Amino acid sequence: MSIRESYLESGPGSKLASWIFSTDHKRIGLLYLAVIMSLFFVGVTLGFLMRLELITRGPTIMEAQTYNSLFTLHGVIMLFIFIIPVTTSVFGNFMLPIMIGARDVAFPRLNLLSWWIFVAGTILAITTLILGPADTGWTFYAPYSLISGQYVALAVFAVFVLGLSSILTGINMVTTVHRLRAPGMTWHRLPLFVWAIYATAWILVIATPILGVNLLMIIAERFFGIGVFDPAKGGDPILYQHLFWIYSHPAVYVMILPSLGVIAEIIPVFSRKTVFGYKAIAYSSIGIAALGSLVWGHHMFVSGYSYTAGVIFSLFTFLVAIPSAVKVYNFVGTMYKGSIVVDTPFYFVLAFIYMFAVGGLTGVILGALSINIHLHDTYFVVAHFHYIKFGAAALGFFAALHYWFPKVFGRMYNRRFANWSLLIFFIGFNLLFLPMFVLGYEGMPRRYFDYLPQYANLQYLSIFGSWVLVIGIAMMFGNLIKGLFRGKPAPQNPWGAATLEWQVPSPPPKENFREIPEVKHNPYHFENVRRELD
Amino acid sequence: MSYGIEHTAHKDYTGAKIGMWLFLFTEFFLFFGPVLLYTIYRFRYHAAFTASSHELDLAIGSINTAILLTSSLTMAVSISALQRDRTKLSLWMLAATFVLGVVFLINKYFEWTEKFSHGMYPGGEALAGGPPGQGVFYGLYFFLTGLHGLHVLAGITAIGVLAFMVLKKKVSAADHVRLENAGLYWHLVDVVWIYLFPIFYLVR
Amino acid sequence: MYENGEKHYIARYTTLVMVWVSLIGLTWLTVKISGIGFGTFSIIAPFLIASIKAFLVVDYFMHLKYERPFFKWILLVVLGTVIILAWLVYEDVAYRPL
Ligand code: HEM
Repeated sequence: MSIRESYLESGPGSKLASWIFSTDHKRIGLLYLAVIMSLFFVGVTLGFLMRLELITRGPTIMEAQTYNSLFTLHGVIMLFIFIIPVTTSVFGNFMLPIMIGARDVAFPRLNLLSWWIFVAGTILAITTLILGPADTGWTFYAPYSLISGQYVALAVFAVFVLGLSSILTGINMVTTVHRLRAPGMTWHRLPLFVWAIYATAWILVIATPILGVNLLMIIAERFFGIGVFDPAKGGDPILYQHLFWIYSHPAVYVMILPSLGVIAEIIPVFSRKTVFGYKAIAYSSIGIAALGSLVWGHHMFVSGYSYTAGVIFSLFTFLVAIPSAVKVYNFVGTMYKGSIVVDTPFYFVLAFIYMFAVGGLTGVILGALSINIHLHDTYFVVAHFHYIKFGAAALGFFAALHYWFPKVFGRMYNRRFANWSLLIFFIGFNLLFLPMFVLGYEGMPRRYFDYLPQYANLQYLSIFGSWVLVIGIAMMFGNLIKGLFRGKPAPQNPWGAATLEWQVPSPPPKENFREIPEVKHNPYHFENVRRELD
Repeated sequence: MSYGIEHTAHKDYTGAKIGMWLFLFTEFFLFFGPVLLYTIYRFRYHAAFTASSHELDLAIGSINTAILLTSSLTMAVSISALQRDRTKLSLWMLAATFVLGVVFLINKYFEWTEKFSHGMYPGGEALAGGPPGQGVFYGLYFFLTGLHGLHVLAGITAIGVLAFMVLKKKVSAADHVRLENAGLYWHLVDVVWIYLFPIFYLVR
Repeated sequence: MYENGEKHYIARYTTLVMVWVSLIGLTWLTVKISGIGFGTFSIIAPFLIASIKAFLVVDYFMHLKYERPFFKWILLVVLGTVIILAWLVYEDVAYRPL
């Protein structure tokens, strides 16, 4: 095979411009990676500082007002800039076209535009950090968000802009999957990651505009006082909560579905066996997307909305556990009787399944009306959503990073070191968030910069956990960055996978495929592929 | 300046249309949010909403509706004409659409200023003493018609750009999907108004 | 120019003009009957007429009638979503003790 130019090579001319104006889906994926990871580290720092504040009672390193701003900013960065876009924008962009045998996404220039809009939104969010960050929590609940003296409108506008970027990405992904599949790539031969991104893209298209207009109304309220949410003017703040969660609960599935897709890619490769229940996994993605759109009310059990609504939403919440559980069973079923090769990405999968189970099951507990009244707005909730969003969704992204790293950069990281960093990450994470379940059950409320003496011991444990966790994260990314510059060149198909991205050189050439391949098998047909790593 | 790979000269007509329709649906959901609020408040503040809608000028509202409907017709004719390679007719129809869009906005401007001069805007003195429902009605009225007005503005900008492209033969009978997509957008703006009209003017 | 020579539907001018005439006619009708005050129906009627008008615009001006089924399916999905979302919100406001 003759050597073709990889996408990482630039021609003559400005190097920076050849990246930031590139319409190549692979480069755009990496652009997203660069921006998002920088902001992720900012978010981690904020979380770390919040934990540190609680090391003694009363103000330690910050006042109550600062703490309020920190958790708002931490939430906005971690959700809207990190976890909602990350897997879709980075690996959806980079891998999805290759996986379906296309040369690019359907609208390459639109793709670049979404990145620029995303950057604009990020800059706006950082601007509020300097001017005076909002203190409303990432939910911007009315009526407080209408009267807070901080720069709420700017923060809200930042989220609106980020949402616009999501919408454009979603439109692009849906169209790509419909129009650009290679010959023979039927719907039932799509890799499961593609199914997951496809379902995610639909949620982005349908739900994001509702959040967008809701945020616009908050801005209009603050500047002109249109009164639709302000109880003093006859508005109804609970309706804000409805419109907010109509988007923001499905957004949780925007975070977790791509990660579930990643896991569904990795497991068969390392079990060397076709995936168990392909259709069940594929359709449960759609099922989660659809049912997940009908459960938003479980965030509002104590808002004072009607009892009837509470019962209905509680019921739907239980139902959505079914497709999620289908996925976990299928994952485990795939491993059963496989010839398992244990390697770094597989360890990530194991950690993921544990985290997803803890997060999911505590979610069912919270979905029960009566228990929710006791646990609402306590640390139990904080622990629950960190397990899902951080322990599962973000860990799934880290798994994707370790799985596709050799393909993306053409180099290999130190796998043994990666395993150790995962272990430390895992221990730190559980030390940090497991105690929060107990704290919450005992009544520790969320969003407080202070606590009663009886909570001290568990708080210490949790704070200690945050230190271990940060060390784990530093090790993990230090290792990857070292691999980026000094790693050994990676073979074309290190893990022995059968999907299309492993049939092109690492790193992939500019045009992905010399000729568009013709697909003859399902994506987990391992007969003719072999692992190239020792 | 393009730093991507050279794409082979193949245009995906259906793909472009799918993209546009998906975008239209996001616009639809954008308007759905406040309209949902409207339905709820309408029941809650029935009397105040009915009274307030009597204060709007039904004549201007009806004229504006007719204007937008007509502009939709000229837009559709323009597309048909371009597809038949009758560039001149197509351009005239685009010009007509553009002008009708501008007239719509001018009417809206007079309608708004008239309300402002009577202090009937959020925070204005005329609404301060009224029942709570009245304030909400005008809040929604200004928000929704304002949002719609912005869309009209975006639409006429797009039409202007496209007229230019047709003139320069960048959009032509052989490659007309961009004009069609602009048309889809313009018709959506029309559909939104078709619903805003009864919402604010007719249900009294 | 376009791949595999897809056929494009080209609308006839007369059809378009007839649609426009009906749209204007319906507008006239809905203005005429507004404020007559025949109970609930005076709330429903304007929206019914509006929906007919929207249907005309979408089907003829936007060519949905002549598109492939996929476009109609997504329209159905979107309308279904809207109805379900609205229904769930109404479950709250209709039964909430105010
Ligand atoms: C080192 C990592 C992290 C630490 C130490 C951390 C810690 C914290 C702490 C202490 C709070 C505030 C609890 C309270 O007082 O209410 C919080 C809130 C939150 N965290 Fe994290 N977190 C981390 C990572 C993440 C990640 C990765 C995500 C999302 C993907 C995330 C999402 C959130 C959200 C949404 C909130 C709620 C903000 C609000 O109340 O408005 N966190 N986190």
